[in-house]
Amino acid sequence: MTDFPLIQTVGLSGVLVRFADTMSEPANRAALSFRAAVDAADWPEVTETSTSLVSTFLQIDLVAASVDTLLDRLHDLLATRDWYTSDLPTGRRLWHVPTVYGTDLAPQLEEAAELAGLDPDAAIAQLSQARVRVLTIGFAPGQPYMGELPQNWDIPRQQGLTKSVPAGALIVAIRQLIIFTNASPTGWRHIGQTAFKTFRPRSDTPFALSPGDELCFPSISRAEYDKITATDETGQGGAETEVLA
Amino acid sequence: MSATLTISQAGPALTIQDMGRPGWRAQGLTKGGAADPVALYEGAALLGQPPELAVIEMTGTGGTFTADADIRIALTGATMAASIDGDAIVWNASHMLPAGAKLTIGGTTGGTYGYLHVGGGIASDTLLGARASHLSAGLGQPLAAGDALPLGADKSRETGLQLPRDSRFDGGTVRVVASMQTDHFTADERKRFETTAFTRDPRANRMGVRMDHDGDGFSAEGGLSILSEVIVPGDIQITGDGAPFVLMGECQTTGGYPRIGTVIPRDLPRVAQAASGTAIRFEFITLEQAITLETQHRQDIKALGGQVTPLVRDPAKIRNLLAYQLVGGAISATDNPFEEEH
Repeated sequence: MTDFPLIQTVGLSGVLVRFADTMSEPANRAALSFRAAVDAADWPEVTETSTSLVSTFLQIDLVAASVDTLLDRLHDLLATRDWYTSDLPTGRRLWHVPTVYGTDLAPQLEEAAELAGLDPDAAIAQLSQARVRVLTIGFAPGQPYMGELPQNWDIPRQQGLTKSVPAGALIVAIRQLIIFTNASPTGWRHIGQTAFKTFRPRSDTPFALSPGDELCFPSISRAEYDKITATDETGQGGAETEVLA
Repeated sequence: MSATLTISQAGPALTIQDMGRPGWRAQGLTKGGAADPVALYEGAALLGQPPELAVIEMTGTGGTFTADADIRIALTGATMAASIDGDAIVWNASHMLPAGAKLTIGGTTGGTYGYLHVGGGIASDTLLGARASHLSAGLGQPLAAGDALPLGADKSRETGLQLPRDSRFDGGTVRVVASMQTDHFTADERKRFETTAFTRDPRANRMGVRMDHDGDGFSAEGGLSILSEVIVPGDIQITGDGAPFVLMGECQTTGGYPRIGTVIPRDLPRVAQAASGTAIRFEFITLEQAITLETQHRQDIKALGGQVTPLVRDPAKIRNLLAYQLVGGAISATDNPFEEEH
C-alpha cells in the first residue's frame, strides 16, 4: 500500500505531489487546492505549478535548488490541513456549450450510448443535462478533462484509434468528457460536436477554461450549429457563461 | 533600418525557434523551443550575442536565403552542406552574408537539426511570450519560400569565428534518472533496458523520439493502466508495443503510458540530434550524479565563448581572393604600422 499524499521528484524538472493513484473527486479537489496553496506560498524556487487529475506538480530547478529544504517545506504545508475536503478554487465559472449530438458530425454517439446501456435519445437526454467539472487541463493547450459523468458512462477507450477527430469534438470514456483543442487521433468516442475553441492564442484570454470550471452541453440542431459556425468569430461557439458563487 | 532575411527555397521542416515558452503547463501548453538548446548557446558564442535570440531550426535539410543588407550569420547543430554564392562555407562558424548573396544550406551529413543564427536574431512577432513555433499546439507554421523575416539590430561586425565540433551528433550513452514510474518496472527489466542497443526510429520528431531495438518490448508490472500524469522533457514512456519513446520539448503536457526514466537535460540534445539509425544506449545514474553533471554542463555552455577561435582560412578557398587588400599597408619598412593614419 502506498501512503498518500506521496512526494516524488520528476527528472530534474520538479516535484510531484500525488494524492491518489486513481481518479476520485476528493483527490482532484486536493490537487487543485494544494496547487493554490503552493502558489500562495510563493516560494522562490517554484517557477510554475500545474495539476493533473489527482496530483500537483511544482516546476523546480532541482540542479540549483536545495531538494531537502524543499521537501521539508512541502511536508510542513501538507500537514496543515486535510486537502481532500478542501473547497474548490474561487472564481470558477459555469459554461453552457451548445452541442450537436450524433449525426455525421459526431458518428460514435450510438456506439457509446449502447456501451452506456442507453438508446441514443436517452443518451442525449442524459448527456445534455449532465453538469461536469474541469478536472484538469492538459495534453493539448486549453484542453479540458471533465467529469465525472454518471456511473453508466464508465465505458472503456476503444481498442483502436480513430485516425482524427476535429477541433471542438466532444469525446467520452471512463466517465469523462474532453473537448478537443486540435484535430487529433484518439481512443475516446466522438459523441458530440461543438464550435467552442478551448485555445485562442491571439485573444486576451488564450485559454478559455480553468480547472474547477463547470460545463453543460445543451443539445442543439445541426441548423443551429451551422448558424453558429457561420457567424462566430470569438471562438465561444455560442457558449454562455456565468460566475459560480 | 533593420535587415530582412528572405527565404527563396525552404526545406520541409524549417521553423523559428528560441528557448521556448515556459509558464503555460497548467494550461496544457508545453515549453517547446529549439530541439537542441546547446546549439543556441553555440550560435550565441559565435556571434557574441544572447542565446535567447530567435533562430531558424532546420530539420534534415535547409533552404536558400538572401538578405537585403550585409548580415552576420552562424551555422550550428547538425552539419549541413552550406555555401554562399556557390562557395562552400564552414559549419559551426560565423560568416558575413553580403547583401543579395545567396546562402544555400543543403542536407545534413551528421545529426538531425541544423541552426541558422543571424546577428541580432530573428525579430518575428512574439506569441504568448516567445517566437518559437509550437506546431503540435497550433502556434506558428513551418517557414516557406517567400517568407521575409525581420532581423533585430546587430551590435557587432565580427565574423570568421568557429567552435570545435561537439560529440552530441554521434549517439552513444544517454544518462537517465529514475522517474515516477521507474519502480513499476522490475529490476530485470530495467537492467535489460540498460543493456539493450537502441537506434533512433526515422519517425522521430520534435514531440518525441521512438527508439527501435531487436528483441521483446519492455513492459511495466500492472500493464498500461496508470493514471495520466505530468510529462517533463526527457521522460521515456513505454508505449503499447513496448518501444521506448523519449519525449522532447514539444510533447504533450500529460500522458498515461508508464515512464521507465527521464533523460537528463544535457543528454537530451544527444537524443534529438541522433540521425535515423544512430546507436543509443541508456544508463541509469543517481539524482546526485545527475545534479553534478548538469551543474558542470551549465558552466560549460556559458563558457563556450572561450572556445571560439578564428577560422583558419585556406587562401585557395577564400571567396573573391583578389578583392582582399593582401599587401595593403606594406608600403614602408620604417613606418610604425600601429600608428594611426592621419
